[in-house]
Amino acid sequence: MAKYLLKRLFYLILTLFLIATITFFMMKLLPGTPLSNESKLSHTQIQMIYHTYGLDKPVWQQYLIYLAGMVRGNFGLSFQFDNQPVSYLLATRMPASFQLGIQAMIVGVLLGIIVGGIAAIRRNTWVDGTMTVISILMISIPSFVLAILLQYYIGLKAGAFPVAGWGNFSYTILPTIALAGSPFATTARFIRTEMVDVMSSDYIELAKAKGLTSTGVVYHHALRNSLIPLITLIGPLTVNLMTGSLVVENIFAVPGIGEQFVKSITTNDYPTIMGITMMYSVLLVVVLLITDIVYGIVDPRIRLQGGRS
Amino acid sequence: MENNDTENLIEVKNLKINFDTYAGKVKAIRDVSFHLKKGETLAIVGESGSGKSVTTRSLMGLNADNAEIAGGQIMFHGEDVLKKSEKEMQQIRGKDIAMIFQDPMTSLDPTMKIGRQIAEPLIIHNHVSKKQAMAQALEMLKLVGITDAEHRINDYPHQFSGGMRQRIVIAIALICYPEVLIADEPTTALDVTIQAQILKLMKELQEKIETSIIFITHDLGVVAGMADRIAVMYAGKIVEYGTVDEIFYNPQHPYTWGLLNSMPTLDTQSGELSAIPGTPPDLLDPPKGDAFAARNPYALKIDAEQEPPFFKVSDTHYAATWLLDPRAEKVTPPEAIAKRQAQWAKMHTDDGELVRPATPLNTADNLDDSDRE
Repeated sequence: MAKYLLKRLFYLILTLFLIATITFFMMKLLPGTPLSNESKLSHTQIQMIYHTYGLDKPVWQQYLIYLAGMVRGNFGLSFQFDNQPVSYLLATRMPASFQLGIQAMIVGVLLGIIVGGIAAIRRNTWVDGTMTVISILMISIPSFVLAILLQYYIGLKAGAFPVAGWGNFSYTILPTIALAGSPFATTARFIRTEMVDVMSSDYIELAKAKGLTSTGVVYHHALRNSLIPLITLIGPLTVNLMTGSLVVENIFAVPGIGEQFVKSITTNDYPTIMGITMMYSVLLVVVLLITDIVYGIVDPRIRLQGGRS
Repeated sequence: MENNDTENLIEVKNLKINFDTYAGKVKAIRDVSFHLKKGETLAIVGESGSGKSVTTRSLMGLNADNAEIAGGQIMFHGEDVLKKSEKEMQQIRGKDIAMIFQDPMTSLDPTMKIGRQIAEPLIIHNHVSKKQAMAQALEMLKLVGITDAEHRINDYPHQFSGGMRQRIVIAIALICYPEVLIADEPTTALDVTIQAQILKLMKELQEKIETSIIFITHDLGVVAGMADRIAVMYAGKIVEYGTVDEIFYNPQHPYTWGLLNSMPTLDTQSGELSAIPGTPPDLLDPPKGDAFAARNPYALKIDAEQEPPFFKVSDTHYAATWLLDPRAEKVTPPEAIAKRQAQWAKMHTDDGELVRPATPLNTADNLDDSDRE
């Protein structure tokens, strides 16, 4: 197990290094400079600013300096946001994004499990059909479209929740729903398929032959066996959620990282772009690693093999 | 079948079951009647698709959703099981009637410790505490011959071999001391040495637990040492039934002849085993007359016209073939069968005493414990 973890850790660092490198050079290929919009600045002023930030050095030198800083936890200063350190920006912006992400994940996955499970048990009935249609809609509709629809109908027309902004819990509800759509639909589809598969297995028939009620069969045997593979979905779901949040946060004017990320790209705010990219990457690879470890813990078959090797 | 209502634990009368499929109605069970006495083992023998499993699953109300009971009764404790609600069936399942499944590799829940799986029926039916149920599960685990049961009770199914898993499946089935145990091809998925061990274990446990067994198999060889009586099924019907000796030494139905001939015995000399030619009929549209006629070299003209009724051979032995009709011409059965029938005649000595032949017919009789896992 320790050997396995060490190996995984090595790959994790390698992955992060590659992401940092590729992002850095791709970013440098973007048209424009951080100061393209500042027409009032004279050439000398611009050169001075470049010099302060080290932007007059060759790209490969900038790259090495950046890497060296990053390893020490120094992500540099933001050009755009009042010269604050990027790490400070991330720290202040992260809570909102995190709260939305986790809320959306919990709501989406839980609802997905319930809906998918019911669809599987009531297979080939109208219940199943309705649920299939809903989940296909949720997968097909991009989260930003869902966000606008929610804003218009629930926020504006019905006036149930604030249309945009950030304040108390009620502000989080619409963006959470918008973000939860995709994990909900993915989970529901996944659980339905898994459950249908599990329900036709021999051990479910044996469970019925024991005299368990149908709820007993589902609760004690079918659910656990269908939930275990769901863990593998958490990685991809997190990615979906991250990319979704970039746009959804903008639509709802949530002061999260997503909103800032989009702004930093349009203004060539190099340190912020890099900082946010790296933070998302770390989050993702860590989630994937945890997923694998958790899978081993819940599935007795994998757990044992992991322990022996 | 002869009736003696006081003794019969289960009585199936004229059972008919159809399956609704896209292609039409499959008439899987076409008028099946049999009974099971207390403490006996009844073997239901037949090839795949003959309706063995469907018949027994209907005893537990476990048939697929598209199964439709088209007629008949299944009497258990004087009540018709077919009329019971799902809730009432749940009370019977696992408690009064339990089942052992074919494939031990897939019939245990991979994510639940085996102790819990064995204890589960007790918790449902006898409402005992979890602790007490686990204690009883441990006892049962020892009884089915799992060594080091104290530790292994906390293991998961994948940590056991196929034979061991089947022992666990048996433990689950027997934990509530059921009156009837249905064993649906319990040894088919196991290799031969393990097969013999499992059969031996089942026989031992049957005595300890005093249960009646319905043993479903397509392998007559497995049945010889296990069963008291045998019912041979073909195309959704029972074609012949009798005691083990009657079926093995005095078979009357050409299908039974075919089954016996396709089974290797110690006497088998030629290098080849005979097979029954052809395939079973399509039960979407069962043939008129005797369903076996098309594959039967001894078929009479009437077989194509009219279904044969049961002809009585003895009080316990009946066969549904026109060959037994007094008007039918006498036929000579295949050589091996004629030999068996000669042995049958010898077994019944002048004073009517039954003498078993010296050579055992099957492997289940001569086992030794040395090859246990």
